This record gives sequence, C-alpha cells and structure tokens, in this order.
Amino acid sequence: MGHSKKRKEDARFIQGKGNYVDDVKLPGMLYMDIVRSPYAYAKIKSIDSSKALEIPGVVAVVTGKDLEKYNLHWMPTLMSDTQMVLPTDTVMYQAQEVAAVIATDRYIARDGKEAVIVEYETMKPLMDPFDALDPEAPVLRSDKEGKTDNHIWHWEVGDKEKTDDIFSNADITVKQQMHIPRIHVASIETCGCVASYDKVENHLTMYMTTQAPHAIRTVIALVAGHVGLTEEKIRVISPDIGGGFGGKVPVYPGYVIAIAVSFLTGSPIKWIEDRSENLQADSFARDYHITAEMAGTSDGKIQATRFKVLADHGYTDASANPSKFPTGLFSIGTGSYDYGAAYMEADAVYTNKPPGGVAYRCSFRVTEAVHAIERMTDMFAKKAGKDPAQLRMENFIKKEDFPWASPTGWSYDSGDYHAGLKLAMDTVGYDELRIEQAQLRKEGKLMGIGISTFTEVVGAGPSKDFDILGIKMFDSAEIRVHPTGKAIARFGTKSQGQGHETTYAQIIAEELGIPMEHIQIEEGDTDTAPYGLGTYASRSTPTAGAAAAMAARKLRDKAKKIAAHLLEVSEQDLEWEPGKFFVKGAPEKVKTIQEIVFAAYTNHPEGMEGGFEATHYYDPPNLTFPSGAYICVVDVDPETCDIKVRRFVAIDDCGNIINPMIVQGQVHGGLTQGIAPAMYEELIYDEAGNILNGTFMDYLVPTAVESPNWETGHTVTPAPHHPIGAKGVGESPTVGAPPAIVNAIVDAVAHLGIKHLEIPVTPFKLYKELKAVGYFNQQEA
Amino acid sequence: MKTVTLKINGTEHTAEVSPRTLLVHLIRENFSMTGTHIGCDTSSCGACTILIDGKSAKSCTILAVQADGTEIITVEGLATAEGLHPIQEGFHLNHALHCGFCTAGVMLRAVELLEKNPNPTEEEIRWGISGNLCRCTGYNNIVKAIQWASAKMQGKELPSTEPVFV
Amino acid sequence: MIAEPFGYSSPQSLDEAYALLHEHGDDAKILAGGHSLIPMMKLRFAAPTHLIDINKIPGLSYIKEEDGFLKIGAMTREVDLEESDIISSRYQIFTDASKLIADPQVRNFGTIGGNIAHGDAANDHPAVMMALDAEVEISGQDGKRSVSINEFFHGFYTTAVQHGEILTEIRIPAASGHFGSAYHKAERKVGDYATAGVAVVIRVDDGGICTKAGIGLTNVNAVPMRAIRSEEALVGSMLSAGDIAKAAQYAAEDCNPSSDLRGDEDYKRHLVSVITKRMINRALERAK
Repeated sequence: MGHSKKRKEDARFIQGKGNYVDDVKLPGMLYMDIVRSPYAYAKIKSIDSSKALEIPGVVAVVTGKDLEKYNLHWMPTLMSDTQMVLPTDTVMYQAQEVAAVIATDRYIARDGKEAVIVEYETMKPLMDPFDALDPEAPVLRSDKEGKTDNHIWHWEVGDKEKTDDIFSNADITVKQQMHIPRIHVASIETCGCVASYDKVENHLTMYMTTQAPHAIRTVIALVAGHVGLTEEKIRVISPDIGGGFGGKVPVYPGYVIAIAVSFLTGSPIKWIEDRSENLQADSFARDYHITAEMAGTSDGKIQATRFKVLADHGYTDASANPSKFPTGLFSIGTGSYDYGAAYMEADAVYTNKPPGGVAYRCSFRVTEAVHAIERMTDMFAKKAGKDPAQLRMENFIKKEDFPWASPTGWSYDSGDYHAGLKLAMDTVGYDELRIEQAQLRKEGKLMGIGISTFTEVVGAGPSKDFDILGIKMFDSAEIRVHPTGKAIARFGTKSQGQGHETTYAQIIAEELGIPMEHIQIEEGDTDTAPYGLGTYASRSTPTAGAAAAMAARKLRDKAKKIAAHLLEVSEQDLEWEPGKFFVKGAPEKVKTIQEIVFAAYTNHPEGMEGGFEATHYYDPPNLTFPSGAYICVVDVDPETCDIKVRRFVAIDDCGNIINPMIVQGQVHGGLTQGIAPAMYEELIYDEAGNILNGTFMDYLVPTAVESPNWETGHTVTPAPHHPIGAKGVGESPTVGAPPAIVNAIVDAVAHLGIKHLEIPVTPFKLYKELKAVGYFNQQEA
Repeated sequence: MKTVTLKINGTEHTAEVSPRTLLVHLIRENFSMTGTHIGCDTSSCGACTILIDGKSAKSCTILAVQADGTEIITVEGLATAEGLHPIQEGFHLNHALHCGFCTAGVMLRAVELLEKNPNPTEEEIRWGISGNLCRCTGYNNIVKAIQWASAKMQGKELPSTEPVFV
Repeated sequence: MIAEPFGYSSPQSLDEAYALLHEHGDDAKILAGGHSLIPMMKLRFAAPTHLIDINKIPGLSYIKEEDGFLKIGAMTREVDLEESDIISSRYQIFTDASKLIADPQVRNFGTIGGNIAHGDAANDHPAVMMALDAEVEISGQDGKRSVSINEFFHGFYTTAVQHGEILTEIRIPAASGHFGSAYHKAERKVGDYATAGVAVVIRVDDGGICTKAGIGLTNVNAVPMRAIRSEEALVGSMLSAGDIAKAAQYAAEDCNPSSDLRGDEDYKRHLVSVITKRMINRALERAK
C-alpha cells in the first residue's frame, strides 16, 4: 500500500500494441455507417435506399421498418423508459439514427450513407425544458399510451416543512437560479463495436466500447432473447477502452443495429462512430436547471438549503443511474456542512434533444449538487460578511461527529474537512493572497480566489438500495493462484485508463505476499470474468478493490490451514507476515506463500479441497464519502476579460491510498475535466434544434495550454467500513473543481457588482456581465 | 487507383489506393499497424500523429498518395533493438498515460519537439503539444515525461519520477 | 469522415500544373498544405473532382530579401516562417501570427500561400498581409501578374486567382528604418480561429513621427479588411496615447463583425479596439 508502482499496462500502450475496438478485424467483416436526421423533430415520409444499393459494395440498408419485423426497433433504457433503435415514423432529435448502411468497406458505407434519400416533414421542436412543462406544449412522447404531457418524473427528499420554516424565520437567505449546462464526455476514442454472430453455433461475440460488459450482456439477452440470443449464447468483450467517463455505459442504437445486422447476415459487422456523431448523438451529461437557496444566521451559521431542479432529459430518460435514484446521488447536495434541514425536489422533462444523463467523470449527478452547494456557500458568506474560508471552517461537520447523518438521509462514513482546508490554505498561501488581492484592486487589477470544499459519494453500492435493472450493484474478484505461486485475477469491472491492472495487483500482492509482477489481471471478457456491474461512479476500488482484498483473505485463511498442516502446528500458533506464515516465537519454522500454494496442489491436508482459488462478490455496507478542499486563484484581464488560472491547489481525501502515482494522475485528469465545463465546454442548440458546436472545432476540449499546472496533495481519513480503508478518487476533482474556479472568477469581479456567473464562464460571457454592471463605462470615463 | 510506395519504420511498403484514401487508413487498414489512432474528423485531436520525413503530421489530414516516397515513423517504430525510446520510457516512468489512446500521437509529436528544441521550457512544451488532446491525464505528467526524456536524451541528470503529492 | 471520390495528379512543374488545371476544369482544386481543404472534403462541404498536388513542384518554398522586398514562396510552410532568422529578427508579425495558427502539426504542412488563397476572412495571414502592404504574384499559362493584397480578396472563399492560375509568391516591402510589426488574436482556446485579430505595422522617423501605418483585421468582416481610418489617424502623429486610442476606436467602428459562438458584435468590436491599441504599442516598442 502507498507505493507508486509503475503501471503494468503501460508496456503495450507506449509501443502501439493496445487493442482497441477499431483494431479488431475479423474475416468477412462488413462495415456499417449510419444515416442521421438533419432535423430535431420530423416525420419520416419515406426512405429511398435504391441509389445506395446500386453502389458496388453496398450490401444492405436497414431501416426501422426492417427491425420492426423482429420487434427490435425499440429498446428499454436503464431507467425503464424506451428508446428507438431505428425510427419507424418520427425522429426526435438532430443526428438521431435513421437508417444503417452495410458495405464491404468503410469508404463505401460512407458513400452509401450519402446516397440514402430520406423525405421528412419537419415539426417545430421543443428545445426549452421550461417550455416543455407548459400545458399547451405538444406532447413529444405520443407513442406512450395515455401520455398527456412532457413530464417524466417528480422526485423529492428531505423535510419540506422544517426547511420552509427555517427559511421563513432566517436572518439571511440567498437564492440563485443556475444552469449546469449540457456537456459531453468526449473520450478521445469514440464508441464502436464489432458484432459477430455465428449462425451455426447460434452465438454472438460482441466486441464493444463498454464500461460494463456484464450488464450489457444481460441487457442484450433481455432485448434479443426472443430471437434466440439467450445469455449463455452471448460473449461481450470489452477490449482496451480509450477513455470512458460514463459515456461508454449506455447501450447506443448503433450497437443494437450492428447486432441485428450480424444476426441477419451472419457476417461480422464493424461500426465506429465519427467524432461528430459521438458529440451530436451520444449521451450528454448534466443539463440541470437549479434554483438553489440557503438560509442561515447573521453570524454565518448555515441552517438550511432548498434546491429545486428541472432536468432536461432529451426525448427519453436514458440516464445511467441506479434504478431507485432518478436524480442519481444529487441528494449529497447538503455538502460538507453541519446543519439539520434540507429539502430538494426535481422534475424531469422530455425535449427534442439527444437522450443521456451520464457521468462525465462524476458519481451520478454529484457534480450538479456540489456546484449548487458550493456556489451558495460563497453567496451566503458574502451576504453574512464573512471570508468564505472562515465561514466554511465554522460550518464544517467535525471530525469527531462521524458517522454523520445528513438531512437527506446519507450516513457520511468519515472525514476531516478542517484538516483538508487548512492544508489547502497553507499550500496556496491564502492569507498572503488576500493581502495581494486588496492591493491589486487598488491598482484596478482583477484577481480572485475561490474555494470549494466538497463531499463526494461513491462506491455504489449497498444492495439494499442500489441496483441497475434489478441487478444489485456489488462487484467481484476471482483469484486463481497457479502451483508455482503465480496468479491470475479476474474482475467484473473494466478499466478505461484507471490502471486496474496495477492497482488490483497491488492489493492482492499486499494481502497475499505474491509479488505484483506475478499477478496477471484480466477484465472485460464476460466468458471468463466473474459477474460485475462495471467501472463508473468511482466504484472500482470501493467495490472490486474490496472484493480483491476479501478474496485474497479467503486464500490467506486457506493458506494458514495448509501452513499449519505442513509445519505440524495448530493454526493458532501461526503468525502472518506478507508472503509467509511462521510459528510464533520460532521464525525459522516458516512456509512461504509459494510453498503453501504448491502444497495446495501437491500435498494438501486431508479433507481440504485441492487448488488455490477464491471468488468474492463484495456487497458494500455503505457508500464511501471522499472529500476535497480546492483553492483556485485567477487573474482576469480587465480589458479583454481573458481568464487565467494562476494557481490551483487540490487537496483530496480518498482514504487509504494504494498507489499515490495513480491517485495523483486521476486527480490531474479530473481537474482538467473540471476546468473544461467551468470555462470551455457546453453543447449549444438553436431554437430550430440544430446543434451549433458538434465537432472538435467548436466543442472546446482543453489542451495543455488551457490546462494549468495542477498542484495536488492529500489528507488520509480511511473509510472505516472498507476492507482496506480506500474511498475512490477518479471523479472527485471533476466534481470539486468547477465551483472553485467559478467562485474565484466571481471573487475577482464581486466588488464590481457581480454576484453570480453561469458556467462555462468564457471571456465573452464575463464581458457581457461586466458591461451590464457598467464596468466599461467607468473604465472609459 | 494509384500505387504508393513508402517506408514505414524502416521497411518499404507498397499499396494500391484510391486517391481519397487517408494516410491513417493506409497505415491502419492496409498495413495493419494499429498503434496510430483516429479521434476526430477535423484535424483537432492529434491521435493520428506520425512522423513524415521527421515532421510530426496528422495522418487523418494527409492523403495516402501524398505520402508516396516518404519515410514514416509510427509508434511501432519508436523502440529500437537497444530498447525503448527515451520518450516511451519517460511516459511510462512519469505516468503520462492513462487509457493510452492519445499516447502514440503525443509521443511522436514530442519526439519532433525535442529534436528541434532539446531543452524546452514548460510553456514551450505545453504550446508544443497543443495539437494533441488528452482527456485523461490533465497534461501535468505529459509535461513531466517530456522533460524527463529531454534530460535523458542529453545525458543529463534524470529528474525524479516520484509524484509530488503533498 | 471520408471524402467523395476524386482524381489526383502530382505535377512536377508549374507548366504541368497549369495544363492539368485546364484539362480538369472548374471542379479541379490545387492541393497545397491541404489542412483547410482536406478537412472540408472529409466533411463533404467541398467535393472537387480532381486534386492537383503542387507539393512536388520545386522552387516554390523560400524566404528571402531581394530587390527591396521580402519574398516568400507560396509553398513556404508556417513552420518555416516560425523558424526563419530573417522573419524573427525583422518581421515579428509572422512569428506572432504563426504561433497562433492551428497547432504545430498543422503548421508543419500548412502553407502561407494556401492560407491566403483559401480566401477565408477567418485565416490570419490575410490581415497580416494587408498590414504589410503585400503584393501577391499569380502565375498562369499566360505568365505572371502581380496583385495588391488590397485587391486580392473578392468575397467569401473567392479571390483574384482565376481558374487556371496559381498563387506563387508573396512580396512584402522590405523592413526599413524604425519598423515594427505585431499580431494578436483573441481565441476561445489555442488553435481556434480568431474571435477578433489585429495586425499592425508601424514605421516612425527619427523624431518619433509615424511615417507609415498598416492595420489589418481578422474575422471581423466578410472579407479580410484593412482599417484605413485607423491607419490615417496614425500617420503623421506622434503616436500618443490619444492617437492610438483614436485609431483603436476607428478600427472598432469600421469593422463589421457578425455575432456567433465566439461572441456578439459588440464584444468583437470591443476586442478589436483593445487589441488594436495593444498591437500598436507592441509594434512601436519593436520599432524603437
């Protein structure tokens, strides 16, 4: 534990020997390209494939009508809504799949796609979620029997009466409407698959970009079981994945079409998205409109929060959330502060936008919640006339008060928020920065300091509450140690860059004393790996990492029995030290793990099963609650409004750390995915439903120039209920960084009359806000 | 169809291609070297970066026919019989890759950068790799890896590869 | 993303290229660096039936001072401008601009001729050329002709280059006296097209009076534009803060930006004003 071991998986990636889905090539493979709708809302009058079919090499054109014959034109979403695979009559968003062209190579498939002629009758799309609530609004999902409006669900949590009461009597209240805009994970590898159906064996092998191969296998069986593809006939292989961030959790129509076509033709079908298709049609993240309020005393004690959310889900609810949590874990939004009352409610609506609701490196809507609470904390501090750091220190839940029951029903497992913020303040030199800021303001210069002290909730989750399509959200590990003492371990999770091959090997090495170099880690093949729910929501270390430790401990128990047998002593007389059992008080009487394992195959005690294998399905007793204290310093150009992040200090507490190098790497990456939505990224649509920035020319993924040098550090508060005290870290920085950045920018211009800025805060947006408060008039005068 | 003959990683290859064939497809599909990746369709991401006659190039924006007669280096050609290229070592030792998808492109871009500017500052490195998007690492460790390779290639004292994590 | 099918030729000489242009007619296109054209073809926004690749024609890539001009061959790559000693010592405006064009890989292939001949007001070199008072040499079967940059841009993606012709050289009056130049653009992120860009060239006499001023604007007009009133406000002045402010104000007033994702009209005018002021000051600094 705690060693920065270099990664085992690197060797193949740095030598170009990774195996991503577009690298898979099978004999007789055909290529699929997808015709997409240019309109956001339209009736399909006709689809003419004849010109496409005339092109030599075009094998087939598949439409919704073709799939309808097999009842494969609709599929269920993870939230028990329904989604079109291919439409039979209506398209619901721009870039929706309309038909698929199958050809002998990808160039011809592309030509075929251009040659398919689709006639549409356009309708006025519903783009604004507030308009969608209007009783007069057209009902988008008229396919659903009895549906009379665009409302999807209502959700609420907390004590409304108590909260309202506090608000009515509070010294200070603050209120802000904010939008957490629609963004896209934009992993550098897009999505794709090779579906290979063997007619003779009635067996499907599906190579695909998925973060959750086992769950996908079950979903395929549920969708296609009626045509004979039952679960034992399906093998899902998730090869190397070029980044996921939640975008590779959903089942996209392209996958299903590829399976259907392979099933019908008997040929392997490859489908690889273009970047523009990826940005325009694949699952979005965020898109929450939040009215946030906070109440408290005049001396700065927070007493209550109230959040009201309108969630824009596009034309179907295809969120990737645990079944019982339509807003994910948004209810963590009371934050790191000790107060007794909160009430949150949310409504979701349909609009003519693509479906989604995936993570973007976040544990189920925690980012939205943290943005609201951390912005409100700053606004409240301002109104109470307190320094935002001091106010946070005064309101934090105290270290000794854990486990702490939150007003929205969570039991925070552990934390030391004061220590985190103190370390962040000392590292950045907070007090000196405030002095410098005061001086700069006198000179007309704009500099701001922003803080975010967040609590995350990850590691979903305990089976009593957490399931996806009914499947409980445990995760698994299977360890098999060979006679010579070398091991292979397999997991139900799937790395997309997180370094599982290294981290899991380290955990097992720690528990069993087998050198990590001799522990092979495998994930992603449903035929070989034990069932698991996959990698997202920072759950791999909290669940599968725990499963690895527990499985290894089962083996250690067995090893102890064998050692006792070999040393002819009782188990009570043995002591363990990594890699060996020895007799207490007689360290020369020792059996190494390698000797013990060899004996398990050659000389095991009578009555004991031979071999040396163990499997564990870990059902976490609670979620884990990582936290962080982030401080951002920005300089704003008073003329151009350019915003430069001068410093960013991130102190994370993810409990015990297995590999500091990997943890720090995760933090760096998450921070860049935090600055992205804070300052650069947003999917923008016009009223006609056109996406205005559906390529990397205009969807602004930060480069090494926009991304500052991140300064990172940590405090350690182990998770008390986790076998190795770890909490998960991959997403904390994405969750915590945006409010720190926005709080810093607002702080830089607060004295000019700016109270709030919507993300992404671009120079253009800041210019408009400053102009609205008359700043440039003063400047010129 | 046109005949294209070029050297990739020291070996001569020939193929018949249509003029619209992109160089990245020639390398990946015709010659089955899949270490070079495709991440976008607007020459923005740099995942397809290779070296053409020593110059870093986005192989998704160059036609295969344009590369006739050139010498190309892809990620598969970085290591030699003596071992890994310093940039590969630097990336591994400094944890400059997570998912590995952008890695080949960034490394090849960095090779040319160090060729032209053996001792780049942090800012020169950041601007020097601004044509390569990485979604995983936050770039800190990529910068560190290039600095490490710079030291190694000049025979200087090697910087620590331990993470600075207060 | 894959282009429509097309034919391809790789002539070894300009004469061969002209003949190919005539042979293939209006739907043939010249392929220089290709980093504007090929992406447009991949997105199927452009679909020429034939590409004439002029990369193999010798003698089109050079940077030299001759006959009172800085002469740049049309096929000179952005990277060559970045790395040229002549440029970095006397024509820093190119160094400023090149660093902000796309990214290093694109600059390894993108050519100065292509950047201009594309006829896109969002490209950076047109404004730079206007500030520098450049002349463009256009060659064809009937010989060579020279066109002032002021007459070069006709409209959206259309220029003075007629069918059958190729842009071959850019000629810039050589830097002399107290000469300074600078370019900057506001961009949403590195490598983006300009939200607004300003190119400034200044010459002052020994007494500090401005004897020449050239100001070109990027992406704030349908075609690349010159800020003539601003230039006039500077020439003959001592370039006081007031003079500079006036030039900046005129540039902001005279440009004609459209609102888009990069910003609205008001913001772009504001940027033009701020950047014009800053670039005049930077050019002046360099002139001293």
